[in-house]
Amino acid sequence: MSNFLLYLGMGLFTLVFLCLYRGVFGPGVLNRIAAISAIGTKTLVILLIMGFIYNRVDMFIDISMVYALLNFIGTITAAKYLEKGGEI
Amino acid sequence: MHILHLISILFLLSGFFFFFAATIGLLRFPDFFCRLHATGKGDTLAVLLSLIGLSIYEGFSLTSLKIMFIAVFMFLAQPTSTHAISRAAMRCHLEPWTKKNGEKE
Repeated sequence: MSNFLLYLGMGLFTLVFLCLYRGVFGPGVLNRIAAISAIGTKTLVILLIMGFIYNRVDMFIDISMVYALLNFIGTITAAKYLEKGGEI
Repeated sequence: MHILHLISILFLLSGFFFFFAATIGLLRFPDFFCRLHATGKGDTLAVLLSLIGLSIYEGFSLTSLKIMFIAVFMFLAQPTSTHAISRAAMRCHLEPWTKKNGEKE
């Protein structure tokens, strides 16, 4: 089971790098924000899997919770900033 | 192997499948709204399935209760942030993709 969690974390890590393409080259600010939000969602699961691999879930769960809150607040703040319209 | 481990592996693999589909959608779709359509729904379901699988693997404790709390929070927060960012794109007069626009580029 520990090996399975390790391979799952490696697969999610690859998906994060694929998402990073859209974050770097994506046309415009909005594509980058969407890509960063997707990366944050994957990072949350990767953090939990790391906790299960290291047998320290009780510590990693709090980091993961804070990461979810920060990801949500960051996306909402960027959306509020762009809401006035104009050029992007 | 325990039967609960098999169930949690099933949940985690289906979550990974939805993560994969959302990433392919983010990379391959032609327009910002289409990409948001892929990631907004796919990532929500994938996070929900992955966290349910991990909490089944953990067993009944305070940690699994916290994992379920994260799942409920993501289930509320992810559609809200998707809605906010798509409304900001509409306010910025981003043109939705049509077939005619696609041929022009």
